[in-house]
Amino acid sequence: MADPVPLALRCANLHRYLGQGEGRVHVLKGVTFEAQRGQVYAIVGPSGCGKSTLLYLLGLLDQPDGGEIAINGQTMSNSDDAARTAARGAHIGFVFQFHFLMLEFSALDNVMMPMRKLGKLSPAAMIERAHALLGSVGLGDKTHRLGTQLSGGEQQRVAVARALANEPTIILADEPTGNLDVKNSAMVFDLLTRLAKDHGQAVVLVTHNPDIANRCDLVRPMRDGVFV
Amino acid sequence: MSPNLRIACRFLTAKKRAMLMSLSCTVLGVGLFIVTQATTSGFEDFFIKTILGTDGALRIQDQIQDTLRSMNGGAGSDFLFSHRDGVKYIEGVEEPKAVISALREFSNVSGTSAVLRGNVLVRSSFKNESAQVFGIDLDEHLKVSDLNHQIVQGDLSTFREAPTGALVGKVLADRLQLDVGNSFLLDVQGQLRRFRVSAIYETGIADVDKARVYVHINEARSLLKKPIGVTFIQVNLFDKNRAPQDAAQMQEVLRHSASPWQEREKAWLSAFRALSVSSAITVSVFTLIAGLAMFNTLAMIVLEKTKDIAILRSMGYERRDITQIFLWQAAIVLAIGAVLGALVGAVGTFAVSLIPLPINGIFKTETFQVSWNAWHYVEAVLTAAIMVMAASIIPARRAARLEPGDIVRGTAQ
Repeated sequence: MADPVPLALRCANLHRYLGQGEGRVHVLKGVTFEAQRGQVYAIVGPSGCGKSTLLYLLGLLDQPDGGEIAINGQTMSNSDDAARTAARGAHIGFVFQFHFLMLEFSALDNVMMPMRKLGKLSPAAMIERAHALLGSVGLGDKTHRLGTQLSGGEQQRVAVARALANEPTIILADEPTGNLDVKNSAMVFDLLTRLAKDHGQAVVLVTHNPDIANRCDLVRPMRDGVFV
Repeated sequence: MSPNLRIACRFLTAKKRAMLMSLSCTVLGVGLFIVTQATTSGFEDFFIKTILGTDGALRIQDQIQDTLRSMNGGAGSDFLFSHRDGVKYIEGVEEPKAVISALREFSNVSGTSAVLRGNVLVRSSFKNESAQVFGIDLDEHLKVSDLNHQIVQGDLSTFREAPTGALVGKVLADRLQLDVGNSFLLDVQGQLRRFRVSAIYETGIADVDKARVYVHINEARSLLKKPIGVTFIQVNLFDKNRAPQDAAQMQEVLRHSASPWQEREKAWLSAFRALSVSSAITVSVFTLIAGLAMFNTLAMIVLEKTKDIAILRSMGYERRDITQIFLWQAAIVLAIGAVLGALVGAVGTFAVSLIPLPINGIFKTETFQVSWNAWHYVEAVLTAAIMVMAASIIPARRAARLEPGDIVRGTAQ
């Protein structure tokens, strides 16, 4: 019997409230979700259903009001900020809708930034890896361009390269193609899934785009804070 | 270079206007601090130099004699009460050699000069003026004064070689229309003695320049009919600031009154202190304004950088990394600001020192007096460091407290 595919991410009975007082809203109502390495997941649903909130909780950018989150088998939901930050740096790569590049830095610097913080590679190895990643997203000739000197599609490709910099086990992408035209959307999605598959990473993406969702391994629709 | 320092440098160079704003605040703060300190203490230092160069750091004079006040209960009573009732002073120093010998035992004493002083009437062919004659041993007196630098006409070698030579204050010489080489008479209670002007000196202190005539001590003894003793002993010290402690010790040991320069010039020094407090208030207000501007600039940078903070946090940068990045920015501004501010301060101080400002009376100067003191620069940089770090710590900590999830969601407060 073959070994089971390792579980990269698991959450159980997640609850999250946003806002205060009378404006307090129960956004996530006991969500349970699992993601295996090498699989691409799409979370879809109408605006305000809690997709992005779930993604930020899974990415340890936010803390749940209830429930459990485990990254590579290690429970993180009750850990302190330092542990969650370390886990983000080592295991999670983010791709946001609005690129979120640091625009004063070159494409190369942006990709090297997570590596510099993790400090696993030598400076020469970091530069080599950053060049390789930018080459794999088709930006090998624009490594020294500042963020401001890149188009939207190029910025998003740099963001994908940056998300892969520390070889994370999980890639979380919040509407990664939401701000791109059709051609660039397809390019970024193909890139993300191909690189993730190649390296055995779990990819969880939130999207409104049905074409993108349909090309994922698994689609999880959400409504009113729960999977349906 | 650490990742945090690299990011801080890039943030700063990317926000040139904000950086220049912070930098100019620091440069102005440091520069003005230095200029204000230099100008305020310049006149005080010059005044102190002048009075030390004229009257020395210490003056040992009248001998102390203890007295007792007693109260007796009267006939048939055993009651007797007595207590020390202050001191009685016997004018002058009767045994100057013994006192000078004892003074030389003090490690801080660099020179002593026995001076015999008396009131005289100076008679020239033009008019008469009341004055004081100071009998001195020139070589000893040069060790306790700046007389050699105060000569404006003639020279000291002429005085040294002429037994009846005299050094006359410039104001007195002008009033009597005396020039170098002219003779005049000193009149002590009708007894006249002729002297010749060897040199004219100018201390800048009006009370000295209009009243003092220096002659050789032996001539003064003959003139004042005082074959023994002196009026006071002028003492110079290696560390002038220790004068009050040394004076107290000398008074106790020598049983002669000892007055340090700080006590002699208390009134003027108090006036200078008031000026220092006034300028300190001005500098403090400016420093506060510069600090607020710095705080404002850094707070604005934090606001502009919330998205970058979220990116960094999502990549594994910790709260302390974010604090460090903003503190590095402040430290870079501080380092550049301190160097440029010190240069501005030095150039400003030099420019102020060229401003013509003739003053005569408590000292003599033709230009604005400034003080070149390395401590002013150290104090300015330390003040700027406190100001910049205090102004940056709150924005830096605020940046570190930002929740990345809130920023990405767009709800960061």
